[in-house]
Amino acid sequence: MSEKSSLLGWIDDRFPLTSTWKKHLSEYYAPKNFNFWYYFGSLALLILVLQIVTGIFLTMNYKPDANLAFGSVEYIMRDVPGGWFIRYLHSTGASMFFIVVYLHMFRGLLYGSFRKPRELVWLFGTLIYVCLMAEAFFGYLLPWGQMSYWGAQVIVNLFGAIPGFGPDLALWIRGDYVVGDATLNRFFAFHVIAVPLVLLALVVSHIVALHEVGSNNPDGVEIKKHKDPVTHLPLDGIPFHPYYTVKDTFGVAVFLIVFAIIVFFTPEMHGYFLEYNNFQPANPLQTPPEIRPVWYFTPYYAMLRGITYPLFGVDAKFWGVVVIACAVLIYFALPWLDRGKVKSIRYRGPIFKTALTLFVIAVLWLGYLGTQPPTVLANHTADILMLIYFGFFLLMPWYSRLDKCKPEPERTT
Amino acid sequence: MQTRTGKNNMMIHPTMHSVMRFAARVIAVLMLAGVAFGAAAEEGFHLDKAPINERDALSLQRGARLFTNYCLSCHSAKYMRYNRLHDIGLSDKEIENNLIFTDAKVGDEMKVAMDSKDAANWFGKAPPDLSVIARSLSEGHNGADFLYTYLRSFYRDPKRPTGWNNLVYPNVAMPNVLWQLQGVQVLKTEKVKDSEGQQEVHKLVLAKPGTMTPMEYDQAVADLVNYLVYQSEPVRLERQTIGIYVLIFLAIFLLLAYLLKREYWKDVH
Repeated sequence: MSEKSSLLGWIDDRFPLTSTWKKHLSEYYAPKNFNFWYYFGSLALLILVLQIVTGIFLTMNYKPDANLAFGSVEYIMRDVPGGWFIRYLHSTGASMFFIVVYLHMFRGLLYGSFRKPRELVWLFGTLIYVCLMAEAFFGYLLPWGQMSYWGAQVIVNLFGAIPGFGPDLALWIRGDYVVGDATLNRFFAFHVIAVPLVLLALVVSHIVALHEVGSNNPDGVEIKKHKDPVTHLPLDGIPFHPYYTVKDTFGVAVFLIVFAIIVFFTPEMHGYFLEYNNFQPANPLQTPPEIRPVWYFTPYYAMLRGITYPLFGVDAKFWGVVVIACAVLIYFALPWLDRGKVKSIRYRGPIFKTALTLFVIAVLWLGYLGTQPPTVLANHTADILMLIYFGFFLLMPWYSRLDKCKPEPERTT
Repeated sequence: MQTRTGKNNMMIHPTMHSVMRFAARVIAVLMLAGVAFGAAAEEGFHLDKAPINERDALSLQRGARLFTNYCLSCHSAKYMRYNRLHDIGLSDKEIENNLIFTDAKVGDEMKVAMDSKDAANWFGKAPPDLSVIARSLSEGHNGADFLYTYLRSFYRDPKRPTGWNNLVYPNVAMPNVLWQLQGVQVLKTEKVKDSEGQQEVHKLVLAKPGTMTPMEYDQAVADLVNYLVYQSEPVRLERQTIGIYVLIFLAIFLLLAYLLKREYWKDVH
């Protein structure tokens, strides 16, 4: 170390700069066969940074006060130079974050990235997803529009459905008998500091855990099994930097074009990214005819509405909440539910392929139903789709073992 | 767009083509479904298409004049500053002389002198702020179409406290403030026989003409709606213009990123 006389040497004697760079970038060996689905991890990281930076600038002009919040958002949109741009980046970023994260999670299902030895990578990832939902929920109240207000009212009331201490819990969360100024203030605190801190820690853990075990790939085979006898480097691996940094830069360029088209030409995305009703200021005295969550929560919303029967003398709403909670928590169990002989969809048999297809259809359909007004037919459809959703997970230990898998290749293809 | 997709395909491994095509199909289906949802959510009443052009500055100026003359005495537009109207080609002097009827300064927001509690007493409901009204009404239908149809659908109704009712928004608290321009409409209910039996058809008939002909009035309402759409997001045109330049920049960035990637990946087999 002392041979180095440069500034870098000086730093390296005191801080693991070069070694960290090597460990995580220039000498982190990633499989060379990453495909389309592997762009979304780095894109999620990009959006995280984007949301934090735009969020900081929004905070400079936003007022977390029930009387001022709505006006301060319009002030940002009209009077703050470039404010509209920052706000649209942030609002579009929220939806795009979920799109990218859902695709990233789907990649994990496709190629078995949650399987041994990557269980912790998956668990950290699922925690990130849960945090992201909390972050989106808290943030959605801040513009203080009608949907912000009544959406928060509905969700907090869900906690009130818990028998016994539920109503007290809901009161404690709101800090008032209805969603009000106290609620807005605490949601602001959670949105701008509490949840982001946890989120950042989890993202670091997710990446550290990934780099400890190494990345999976579309073939689901371990590149560490075949190393060069001299250099001891994986034969099918390439250094993350520069290969994947340049490839991901290309992915970023494509992503930014899609992102810019939305931000500059259709920031409301026909009411799916910014709900039109939310341009009406929150009015505690006027319940809107339809209260609907933003699209990324609609599958869960359809599940909630699908549960219409009380059970054990407890209100149906409570069981709806239980079902939603299970629908999220079940992701944590996934690494131990899958007993397939292979990881990747490429070598799985027809049963898993069918199960995964049905699962994707169920999620999309539930998402669609969640955007529609509730009808008896829709609620019954949701019940069937929920059976498929939970069946995909709970029956996995059996059908994944029974499945006729194709032989995995030794090396990546 | 075409060339971008082309480049995109070039760089992706051939086996990924089917996945990309599948993804494209899913997106297309979702988008179609989105259009269908919008149509399904539309209310029963047929809305006329608002004949507006957001780039027509003269129409916007006429709309601003109608807005400040007829709307601003009861409704505020408290997030909109008078001097923002520079956007539609008006100078400070023109705004002061033609559009400000209170002691407001040109840099002030469009506030209303009426107290909202008084207003609630008089009309049963405080008139809503109109800063973002066109945007907030776009749920399930086009906000501009709704406003355009609504403002032309008032009719005389002695049963209402204000003496006015509206076909699009039944029992609305607002009176027809534009009646001097439009004249007085009345509701005629006709019984029409069709294959499903007798049906009632509501028709608005001009009982007493106003200072404008129906065509002039439609044009005036279109100007007003054009202005309301502009006011709900004044930066709209500017953001679209900037968007074009951003996309040109990103297209160049995409090309460079693609070339760089190809260069680096030459030796990966």
